[in-house]
Amino acid sequence: MEYFFILVFIALSAAFVAGGLIASRLVAPRRPGDVKNSPYECGEQPIGRTWIQFNVGYYLFALLFLVFDVEAAFLYPWAVIVREVGLVGLIEVGIFILVLIAGLLYAWKKGALEWL
Amino acid sequence: MAGAAAPFALFAAAQAAPAWPVKTVAARAAEALPDHPWTAVLYMALAFAGLGALVAVLGMGLIYLERKIAARFQCRLGPMRVGPHGIFQTVADTFKLLFKEDIVPARADKTLHLLAPFLALSSTALMLGVIPYSPILQISDVNIGVLYIAAVSGLGVMGILLGGWSSYNKWSLIGAMRGAAQIISYEVSATLALLVVVMFAGTLSLSGIVASQAEGWWIWRAPVVGGIAFLIYLTASTAEINRTPFDIPEGESELTAGFHTEYSGLRFAFFFLAEFINMFVAAALTATLFLGGWMPFHIGGANAFNAVMDLVPPGVWFLGKTAFVVFVIMWFRWTFPRLRVDQLMRLEWKLLLPIGFANLALGALAVLYDLYFFPGA
Repeated sequence: MEYFFILVFIALSAAFVAGGLIASRLVAPRRPGDVKNSPYECGEQPIGRTWIQFNVGYYLFALLFLVFDVEAAFLYPWAVIVREVGLVGLIEVGIFILVLIAGLLYAWKKGALEWL
Repeated sequence: MAGAAAPFALFAAAQAAPAWPVKTVAARAAEALPDHPWTAVLYMALAFAGLGALVAVLGMGLIYLERKIAARFQCRLGPMRVGPHGIFQTVADTFKLLFKEDIVPARADKTLHLLAPFLALSSTALMLGVIPYSPILQISDVNIGVLYIAAVSGLGVMGILLGGWSSYNKWSLIGAMRGAAQIISYEVSATLALLVVVMFAGTLSLSGIVASQAEGWWIWRAPVVGGIAFLIYLTASTAEINRTPFDIPEGESELTAGFHTEYSGLRFAFFFLAEFINMFVAAALTATLFLGGWMPFHIGGANAFNAVMDLVPPGVWFLGKTAFVVFVIMWFRWTFPRLRVDQLMRLEWKLLLPIGFANLALGALAVLYDLYFFPGA
């Protein structure tokens, strides 16, 4: 039942946004124009394309995030039963994390953590 | 342990916490379902009507509060014209935005441009359903509450990323990329801080975590590590909700309005609403995980004092703690200057993350050797 409520809630929250947008569509004016629909660049004519190749620095951080977030997904179940698995569990998790931290240190040394 | 705990015995609760009948609305509905199916439906309708009202009231109330507090910090009056002390200002603003033209840039990816506010607002609103507001006021107590919150709040990044990318505007794109990099970076630290509390509480359910704090709130009951985790979580969640000093995804002076530059009318309003509900959720979680949720403040041995504290309803305790954290987050905005992107990344990866790991390891040792204050008080 707890999860059923969540499921209904997902549908309703989307309906809430949709309802608002439909209401706005009904009452708001719609007068599009060439100038109005051009991207806002402080009044200047936009130069060049927007969807370009982007700085690789962002992807380095995304990769690091992926590593540590997947690691966090493994840590959640461990954190719940820390008492049951005891010291052995802590050492095992410690080894797991140390491997990842070695990776972080490598990235640090390589300068991946420097912005641009 | 008694020796180390002695100076802090002040905060211990000698008596058992009052036995509040903890029951979620979903559990009540499940109970009523076999005999009175319409009562179950009524519970559900009430729950969702309540949440809808909460979203509206929270959004408008917090925006008004933010403007009033900002004004107070700057020796201004803030909104004063619409209603007494301007309390209807945000209501008026909402209706204004409803009647505004919804401009979509000509070259934008129209589907994604429309999808972005859905993701941004729905993902934040979904978190409101699992927060324990008071013993009897929690819509649904998912047994993996903390994980659910982490997962759903992760969806919010998609709203920012899609909104910025689909707008075909350079400001939006830069803002979205910065926002995504910032949010995912700080999510790691926030998770590590959450794990400390999960370890001590031994459960992922949010109401279970509140119940585990009957003998003392984790911010001080977990020796030192609780306090450090609290500070890390507050910093990381301020960054995750793009509040100043971490507001580079929408830094007005650099990026016009960042990822929502090309949004107008109600779509913009939804992004704005999502931001403020996010702030409430971050504060509510801080209160739930570290500050005891709806548990009243107790001092060990001082039974008369504790009895007075128990007179205050738990819902008021929760609201008070949340309001305090919200105020602190608003206070940050007028205290700290905005960080640069490189400073922001350095703070997370070179400072908060190593501290977070060390804190987690210490916390695990403390749990294993029962090194926490007021054990079994």
